[in-house]
Order: sequence, then C-alpha cells, then structure tokens
Amino acid sequence: MALGLVAHMDPQAIALGIDAQSSEQAIRLLAGKLEALGYVKPSYADAVVKREASMPTGLPLGQAVNVAIPHTDPQHVIKPGVALGVLSRPVDFANMEEPDEAVPVGVVFLLAINDKDKQIDMLQEIMEAIQDPATLGGLARARTFGEVRSLLG
Amino acid sequence: MTRQKTILFACGTGVATSTAVNATVTEAMKARGLTFNAMQCKATEVPSMAESVDLIVATTPISASVTKPVIKGLAFLTGIGKDKALDDIEAELRK
Repeated sequence: MALGLVAHMDPQAIALGIDAQSSEQAIRLLAGKLEALGYVKPSYADAVVKREASMPTGLPLGQAVNVAIPHTDPQHVIKPGVALGVLSRPVDFANMEEPDEAVPVGVVFLLAINDKDKQIDMLQEIMEAIQDPATLGGLARARTFGEVRSLLG
Repeated sequence: MTRQKTILFACGTGVATSTAVNATVTEAMKARGLTFNAMQCKATEVPSMAESVDLIVATTPISASVTKPVIKGLAFLTGIGKDKALDDIEAELRK
C-alpha cells in the first residue's frame, strides 16, 4: 500500500531489531536519534518519558504486535519528524485509554510534533499504517530500511 | 437549520492524536453530510472548555466532573470500533 510515510522519515531515525528492556529504554534510544539529527531539544527525551508515565500512548490493536506513539509538548521540538523503532521482543507500554492496563508493544513511532496544522498528513499516514494488519505485521518483522520503505513508501 | 455544533477534540498534548482524530472525524462527517466547528485542547484543559462545546472526543481519560457527552477517540487511532464511534458522533450532531 502506498502510504508516503517514508517521505517524512529520516532513514537514520529508523532503528530495527532493538533490544529494549522497557518502554523507557526504547523511547530514550529513539529520542537520542531525533536529538542527534536536530529534530528535538535535549529536554525532549525526559519530557517524553515523563509524559508517558502520566499519559501513556500504548494502542491496543488486538494483534500479536501493538503500537505505541510516544510524544510530548511542542516546546521540546525543533522541527517535525518521526522515529520508528522495531523491537526484537515486545515491551509493555500502558494503554492510552486505560492507563492501568499494559499493552505489549513491538513497533514504536516516536513523534516530534510542533504545529498541529502542519503535521496532519504525517499523523494520518501513521494511523493508516497502524490500522493495516499487513503493514504492521511487515513492520514488526522488518530488519532492513528497504523493507520499511516498501511497506511505508 | 439547526445551530452548527462544536466538537472539542482532546488528547494529552492537544497537538498529536487529537489532530489525527479531528481530521478523520471531519472527513467522515462530511461524507455523511454533516459539518461542525472543531476545537482542540489538552486533556487537562477539558474541564475549563467543556461548557462552550456540545461534544467531546478524547483519546485520554477525561475528568469525571465533565458533564458533556464524551466519546472515546481511541477507535480512530486503532481502527477498532471506528464505525460505532462515528455513528455515536453522528447521533450527537443530529440531536
């Protein structure tokens, strides 16, 4: 399916086969990439981790692989972008709607958003990817950028 | 013609998932022949803004003190239960 999402992604902000032990580790690894690439301020990683604790972003999809979309307030963002993390083994995020529930997550889209009116396309493309079982299943197994590009290109 | 209703879209930051949900609901309601005024805010701002809107669509839990109808927006992110949520929104807009 043609999502066009890959056009919004920096190949260097894609991490495949991550060995993370916790949601915080996964977030910090991806946030480090966005920071190194100039998308976010040094304050971003802590802000995302803190926000995830009070307002989590795990999305239960009723599939073997679920998704989380961690993000934080615009003041920590320099320019819009998204990092993609595919985990070798799922880690628990809390459910966005029911924060007491754990959601095992295998695919993480870490969002850097600073202007709601300019990132609608990117957000909709991410939602489309999340809602398509074939795309999501393919992402969960992806180990090369080429595979990601063919799924999200 | 009845007064145009206002939907308040809320999420943790007021810029991310509420934007995606707003765009999806706006398109879907347009297809059903319905328009509305859209506002977005942070979940924490809902209690102070609820009075001026007709309906709230939120991706996060909303304070129980809010008396306006609240529809769960997670369906628009996951795709699960999306048609039902759209039907609920349409019913509120047609009231």
